[in-house]
Amino acid sequence: MMTDMTVATPVQALTKKDFESGLDVRWCPGCGDYAVLSQITKLMPKLGIPRENFAFVSGIGCSSRFPYYVQTYGLHTIHGRALAIATGLKISRPDLSVWVVTGDGDALAIGGNHFIHAVRRNIGLKVILLNNRIYGLTKGQYSPTSELGKKTKTSPLGNIDQPFSPVALALGAGATFAARCIDGDQAMMAAILERAAKHEGTAFVEILQNCVVFNDGAFDALSDKATRDDTRLVMEHGKPLIFGKERNKGIRLSGMDMEVVTIGENGVTEADILVHNENAAHSGLAFSLGQFESPDFPVPFGVFRDVDKPSYESLSQQLSESARAAKGRGDLQRLLNSGETWTIK
Amino acid sequence: MSNEPVKARPVEELDSVVIRFVGDSGDGMQLTGTEFSKAVAKAGHGFTTHPDYPSEIRAPTGTLYGVSGYQIQYSTGRVFTSGDAPDVLVAMNPAALKTNLPDVKHGGILIVNSSAFTPGNLEKAKYASNPLTDGSLQGHRLYAIDISTLTANALTDSGLGKKEVGMCKNYFSLGLMMCLYSRPVDKEITDIEKKFAKKPKVAAANITALRAGYAYAEATEMFAVSYQMRESTPVPGKYRSITGNTASALGFVAASEISGVPLFIGSYPITPATEILQELSNLKHYNVTSFQAEDEIAGICSTIGASYGGALALTTTSGPGLALKTEALGLAAILEIPMVIVDVQRAGPCTGIPTKTEQSDLLQALYGRNGECPIPVIAANSPSDCFDAALEAFRIAVKYMTPVILLTEGGIGQAAEPWLIPDVASLPKMEVKYRTDPNGFQPYARDGNLARAWVRPGTPGMEHRLGGLEKDALTGNISSEPLNHQIMCETRAAKVAGIARDFPPSKVEGPAKGDLLVIGWGSTYGSIAQAWQKASTAGKSVAFVHLRHLNPLPSDLGDIISRYKKVLVPETNLGQLSKLLRERYLVDVVQLNKIQGKPLKVTEIYDRILELC
Repeated sequence: MMTDMTVATPVQALTKKDFESGLDVRWCPGCGDYAVLSQITKLMPKLGIPRENFAFVSGIGCSSRFPYYVQTYGLHTIHGRALAIATGLKISRPDLSVWVVTGDGDALAIGGNHFIHAVRRNIGLKVILLNNRIYGLTKGQYSPTSELGKKTKTSPLGNIDQPFSPVALALGAGATFAARCIDGDQAMMAAILERAAKHEGTAFVEILQNCVVFNDGAFDALSDKATRDDTRLVMEHGKPLIFGKERNKGIRLSGMDMEVVTIGENGVTEADILVHNENAAHSGLAFSLGQFESPDFPVPFGVFRDVDKPSYESLSQQLSESARAAKGRGDLQRLLNSGETWTIK
Repeated sequence: MSNEPVKARPVEELDSVVIRFVGDSGDGMQLTGTEFSKAVAKAGHGFTTHPDYPSEIRAPTGTLYGVSGYQIQYSTGRVFTSGDAPDVLVAMNPAALKTNLPDVKHGGILIVNSSAFTPGNLEKAKYASNPLTDGSLQGHRLYAIDISTLTANALTDSGLGKKEVGMCKNYFSLGLMMCLYSRPVDKEITDIEKKFAKKPKVAAANITALRAGYAYAEATEMFAVSYQMRESTPVPGKYRSITGNTASALGFVAASEISGVPLFIGSYPITPATEILQELSNLKHYNVTSFQAEDEIAGICSTIGASYGGALALTTTSGPGLALKTEALGLAAILEIPMVIVDVQRAGPCTGIPTKTEQSDLLQALYGRNGECPIPVIAANSPSDCFDAALEAFRIAVKYMTPVILLTEGGIGQAAEPWLIPDVASLPKMEVKYRTDPNGFQPYARDGNLARAWVRPGTPGMEHRLGGLEKDALTGNISSEPLNHQIMCETRAAKVAGIARDFPPSKVEGPAKGDLLVIGWGSTYGSIAQAWQKASTAGKSVAFVHLRHLNPLPSDLGDIISRYKKVLVPETNLGQLSKLLRERYLVDVVQLNKIQGKPLKVTEIYDRILELC
């Protein structure tokens, strides 16, 4: 039962179906994007936000088709600029729940500048980055997250670009909420998306998403039940960073580095293992976790960081309110009459 | 000090004068010029100013490229331009004299700070010998005054350091000029007290310097006459001095206040447009939200977002910034949402000469996009006209649901002139209607003006998607149907073309038919108007039309053009409007182009008119 009295429409009556636009979804069969669409439309009726107060903004790329498939307000814009457009929308309309669905090329290559600036400003946007580590819509070129050595149509001899970790980049830019999940783990995705939806400020979620056509199997080791316990590190707030089929591997601080240790070997006990703290004031350790890569390290999933900081739009509103408190609500005639004036009789 | 009364010297009456103040960027000549223009404004004289400064904030002192200038023309009547050639040059150092001397009228007055004519400064200005003593200035009336020393002498008891004392010489020069041009200094003293309220020592020193300059000019026998502008009879009312960029900012706030719709500005700082962002950032007690974006692209993109959210949204820029905004302009056009893009043009291409004025972005504004992408373009013709132009830009944007490009120029944006402040009640009404009725709603259904409805997110029952992909002519859903695309391209073009129905008949100055029609746009208005006036007085059969709207062009323009034997188009570019008029009306226009980062002079246009009729 909803208790939020500000809700105008009986949102409890809405279901997942109410948030589906009914347009034919044109992603390739088997694409990881379907899972994300499903989880988001499932989450939306639970948030207590009237349907008309959602706006989805996207740029260009496979992921950016997303707004067409949700029955909310939506803008499918230009390559890389979704965050800049969503920023203007959120600043001028803080009452809306604004979501940006983007990809590794859209957000980190052509849109890299907008990405770091949106994150550093802590604008109240939900940023969902579908990371398939490839350019899909242009049919298979390497992206800013493609691994070193990867052979693609534009890197036939192997990729020599050092890849970004989207999470580490977001944390480096000062993200107040940064999380990672994977298309195949619906339960974790649902939980993370819900937390992102409720975060004030920029909520950044990287979703590893399989491209069945141009990068199929990129995340198999992280998805397969047989291997995933050894390749993933599922982080939980307040709990030691332990992973592995036997739950005997953990992350330990070693000087300014982190290392993988085995509990029970060389005198290592659970007490040596780093305890995850999403709310740490400094994002340094979260940043280090964000840089973990297979095979030397497990790939962390879950929430890296979740701290409270005022959102840009709330600060912007405060500025206006205090200006009005100090000077009074502006009067147009007075404004025109200001400056260096004189009267001719 | 002598007790002898100062001998009254004869006063020469003037109808108009052009004065240019020049010095190092750090000499405070912009301030001297601004303060002098305030003083003449109070007497009810018309004026126009032209600040001319280098891109370097503080170029090395004494260098030729570090010279900063401020020109004012004031007169008994309306002043259209800051003047062709200075009657008076106030020069604070050799470099300033050298770079500006060629512009000064033959026989003009040179008031020169002789203290700065040291061997070092002469060398920096590349003078082989001292022009103050080598006779090279004989064609002018030279007044070499030891301004720095006189200022320092007046301030021996000020308690200020040598550097601070040195900075007071601009007030000495101001006092001197106020005396020479018969302006009282009382108001200036109050202004200094206000301006330096937190630094009483500096205030006192500046006032002393101002008075010393005034007293010096009064006492010296150097000047044979003083000058007095004949009395002006301007329209009664309340006036203010206003620059184009301030006028644009106020026009945008006015659009917001009149319509009751919040104003949003998303911009990235760029010379010479930055002042609009600065002005609006300081008006948050109005319904204004300002956002300094991370780049030019984010400037326009945030504006698109704010417009989509229902705000009166604008972004400001100059030529290179408009180039960066190109793709997003296409998005705004295909989304068909209202917004204003201000381009305060500067000399290009590329970074060009950022602080110098030019009209060379017209074709970029009209055509600089991929695909068939018509966008209305309007231009302001003077600093105060930016206010009306800003209102007109939003009127069109909202009525026709389209981005609108407003072209102003560095020479307008940063120049000042008197403005008879309008009564808010007299401003044109602007009604904004958001559609809230979901019954029968189709995102791309159009009204009689071919405008689609503006729907704010948050409106129940009207959730829909818009995007940069071609869309169905009614539902707005993605469509790549061949015929639909042709319909959409033609409809977008027809919508913009149809805006011309709103325009009043074009105002033709001069005979309804004749030998020559001069067509202008933007800042050339003042020079063309004066040249036309002069030619008309000389009995020439010449008429003059100045364009506010560049896209669409007024529908009566073709007919007007056909009534004259020749058409002359003066522009500070290589012929962009000329190209447009030739293409549109198949008329062989005569071009007059100047591209030197400076305004066209009245005489340059007048001489061309005489050659043609």
